[in-house]
Amino acid sequence: MTPTRARRGLTVAGVVAVVAIAAAACSGGGATNTTSTGGGGGGGGNSGYTFAMITHETPGDTFWDRIKAGANQAAKDTGSTLKYSSDPDAAKQAVLIQNAIDSKVDGIATTLVTPDALIPTIKKAIAAGIPVDTFNSGIDFFQQAGALTHFASNEKLAGQAAGKRAAAAGATKILCTIQQSGSVALEDRCAGVKDTFPNTENLQVNGADDAAVTTAIQAKLTEDKSINWIVTLGAPQALDSIKAAQGAGRADVKIGTFDTNPDAAQAVQDGKIQWFIDQQPYLQGYMAITQLYLYKKNGNVLGGGQAVLTGPSFVDKTNIAQVMPFIKNNTR
Amino acid sequence: MSSTSVKTDPSPPAPSEASNRVTLGWTNRLLARPEIGALVAAVVIFIFFLIVAPAFRTPASFFTVLYQSSTIGIVAVAVGMLMIGGEFDLSAGVLVTTAGLFNAMFCYQLGINLWVGAILSLVLCLCIGFLNGYLVMRTGIPSFLITLGTFFVLQGANLGVTKLVTGSVSSPNINQMAGYSSLNWLFANEWEIGSVTLSITVVWWFLFVAVSAYVLQRTKIGNWIYAVGGNAASARAVGVPVTRVKVGLFMTVSFLGWFAGMHYLYNYNTLQAGNGVGNEFLYIIAAVVGGTLLTGGYGNAIGVAIGAFIFGMTSLCIVYAGWDPNWFKAFLGVMLLLAVMVNLYVKKLSTSRKVG
Repeated sequence: MTPTRARRGLTVAGVVAVVAIAAAACSGGGATNTTSTGGGGGGGGNSGYTFAMITHETPGDTFWDRIKAGANQAAKDTGSTLKYSSDPDAAKQAVLIQNAIDSKVDGIATTLVTPDALIPTIKKAIAAGIPVDTFNSGIDFFQQAGALTHFASNEKLAGQAAGKRAAAAGATKILCTIQQSGSVALEDRCAGVKDTFPNTENLQVNGADDAAVTTAIQAKLTEDKSINWIVTLGAPQALDSIKAAQGAGRADVKIGTFDTNPDAAQAVQDGKIQWFIDQQPYLQGYMAITQLYLYKKNGNVLGGGQAVLTGPSFVDKTNIAQVMPFIKNNTR
Repeated sequence: MSSTSVKTDPSPPAPSEASNRVTLGWTNRLLARPEIGALVAAVVIFIFFLIVAPAFRTPASFFTVLYQSSTIGIVAVAVGMLMIGGEFDLSAGVLVTTAGLFNAMFCYQLGINLWVGAILSLVLCLCIGFLNGYLVMRTGIPSFLITLGTFFVLQGANLGVTKLVTGSVSSPNINQMAGYSSLNWLFANEWEIGSVTLSITVVWWFLFVAVSAYVLQRTKIGNWIYAVGGNAASARAVGVPVTRVKVGLFMTVSFLGWFAGMHYLYNYNTLQAGNGVGNEFLYIIAAVVGGTLLTGGYGNAIGVAIGAFIFGMTSLCIVYAGWDPNWFKAFLGVMLLLAVMVNLYVKKLSTSRKVG
């Protein structure tokens, strides 16, 4: 028993050291912030808060860059320190939340992608007096977890809107591609499309291999000639779909996608992709941290007990020009 | 690469007098060939999908399958040779992405001709292959562990370096840069022949399979590869340069990994830094399904090619048949288990023959 306790003592000492270093580092960040913004934005300064953001980021997904960019900016603007960590594995994400509790941060922002695995740990954080808000996924569970509020696009609503849009643009059958297996959020999107457009079929593709995605979609278009719309759940797959439609000799197939990247945005401008649905990840990251700051500072809570929606917003040929600079800036 | 002085060597002549040798019946001789199990499986699966998947019955679909097979098959050629030589390479999947990312980012940042980046990328890949081989031979640590290490290093470096250089996790689009059109032709050209589309990768794939088959069956180096895979100690004892052969095999893998990486880059113009993870197992599966033994010393190039074709065919035919592709991985696992068992059976059959 004693060695364990001794080790725990060491861990606590280590954590304290980390926090101390983090606090020291934070003063630097805050100082540069006040000089750069000139104290124009209300918050600013050196608030001394340390917030933890914990996500289920899959390494290599451009989407999370924008969440992080937003969170970093919020930390800068409020003069607080951000500790970002992530793990796609549910159990490991729970451990990361526990780490944040142990290091006694001032607030935790987390995604709720696997509610059953994460809620018990989130409740522990709240019991320890640490405010928690959630974002991105888990819109139906944040109240149950006891989180302040939730910043997200409603995936199902987004899917439903996508289905309606495609129907209005003359869809007879929609192919909805899912690039990662076993993700509730992704399944929700396709389920939403199916809600408003029942003649929708899902296709599982391997998002880590563009050749596999292209050939699978091409094969599907050959197999089922009645498909004339593709809704992809990620921008790279939308670009692969353009190739697949060409390969299958189906110039009539139209494409819409969730999320975006510079190339997909260009394809929207060129008319090769009809639209993309933006859930504004930058805003999610920014608001999740800002909410924690405001709660600590002034007891404010957004949303009135409901989730705060950051999407869905559609970007098509009519408004792409306005959004394009932000996309190139990697903030949208 | 490996076409050094290949003269028809009279040293291991087949004994002309068959008096003291067993002449095997054609069934036994056929069964002893590594690719026979895969060939039978390929034909059975082919006919099966012709029946259940009407969309597969067009030549265009067949060529799509060939393309999909070639993207796995090109690297699998080298991975198969490496496995015959008794080693593994788990870094091959992410190396493909490394090759493309390096080329794209290096040229984009410096604004130089893409050919320069392509050649430097090749040098980098060969160095990684050399390092893999050198570490395995120098330390004696199993290649499974060494290349698992390089796998993680490359996976992390792909993401980390790309993030540092581009501020994002995908490479910049390079299709407006100098040298693009010629490289695109070389690595990603497509010919429309009637109703079918022939990708140049299929041509390259066949070419690499032919070279690999020739090297393995008809050259001294081929004999060396089987020897080091069968028993490295006795191979060394009879004068086979074991280290050079194995390092060369690792470098062959990295060469074909680079080649596949070039295809992905010039066909899709941008690469996501997280791509390629998991493909290393597909190469190994293609080799194993094609009759390569995990223990080394047994297998051939045609078998590996058939293995890759089975992979491409099943992955797409499940879609052609209109089934839920979620089942594909389960199907792949069953294929792998069956292949391993068939291989074991065939090996038993070939080793239990007695000279009468």
